[in-house]
Amino acid sequence: MTRMATHIDMKQPILDKNDRLAEENRKLFAEKHVFVLNILASPGSGKTSTILATIEALRDEFNIAVIEGDIASSVDSEKIKAQGIAAVQINTGGACHLESDMIKRAVDVLDLDELDLILLENVGNLVCPTDFDLGENAKVMILSVPEGDDKPLKYPGVFQVSQAVVLNKIDTMPVFNFDKDAFCDHVKQLNPNAPIFPISATTGEGVEAWAEWLAERVRAVQ
Amino acid sequence: MHELGLMTGVLDAVTQSAVEAGATKVLKVTLSVGEMTEAIEDCLTFAYEALTEENTLFSGSELEIHMVKPRSRCLDCGLEFDHDRFHVTCPQCGSPATQLIAGRDLRIDSIEVDIPDDADPAPAKGAPAAECA
Repeated sequence: MTRMATHIDMKQPILDKNDRLAEENRKLFAEKHVFVLNILASPGSGKTSTILATIEALRDEFNIAVIEGDIASSVDSEKIKAQGIAAVQINTGGACHLESDMIKRAVDVLDLDELDLILLENVGNLVCPTDFDLGENAKVMILSVPEGDDKPLKYPGVFQVSQAVVLNKIDTMPVFNFDKDAFCDHVKQLNPNAPIFPISATTGEGVEAWAEWLAERVRAVQ
Repeated sequence: MHELGLMTGVLDAVTQSAVEAGATKVLKVTLSVGEMTEAIEDCLTFAYEALTEENTLFSGSELEIHMVKPRSRCLDCGLEFDHDRFHVTCPQCGSPATQLIAGRDLRIDSIEVDIPDDADPAPAKGAPAAECA
């Protein structure tokens, strides 16, 4: 007996489930007038330090909370809580990125009515998190000087999905052979509309301009 | 390394569609994957093989992946143009204001299944119910 194969058209996004939950998150954030920033970067690029510097710059104007994504430990969320800021730790247990259902569970423990801004620190990784919508208002990526000016050439995706690029640890530029002009050229080629904010999260240099860019966007959803 | 997670989602969706249609075998799965995503063709294929190895519904099945080239539209002069991953400015007027219209695809296009003659397919439903792991 010969059988014919039956063709079934699916035309279904692979990330259907993630994307639907991300849309639910986005709707909830809009209803509550909360701006959510998804922060993408490598391990050790200074995500948590940048978040702390951003909190210092904006805490007088906005109520801020932080969601920390890490494979394990609560080291980062403890640092945030020590500053008197609400923090939720997500441990992905090995997963290389955050997904929208994890965010949904994390925001359940936050009082969104009291918040203006949620800083969401993704798992340290320049690849996987770029494909996952979490329902955020914007993605930004942080690159640190010691990682090298060639990273946009090696990891184009993360620079392309980001609405802004923060270049951290600029105080270390004299000791690393970092070509800032070349870096900016590479970024401009990949993402001509993304502003680049050179900062040092530890000295505070450049943080004001970055924080003001973010503040404008937070005010816009109030 | 997120290809394993992506492929788990593909297999869940395909299994649901195949079972709803009363199929006993999946013969082929066809995906479209944009070159602007971080999903790598070889890793997807590897994940498919690893995940279907002991699943009789999928034994002997084939995975076909169409890689989708990036294409953008210039918001200033209207030109639609193909490009690589690294160059998104308009080649005609040099405008940086361009919109990606293809290349971030991550889609299950279709499947081919074997449905026995006496199959009693489950009635087709609307959108599949969301299941939260």
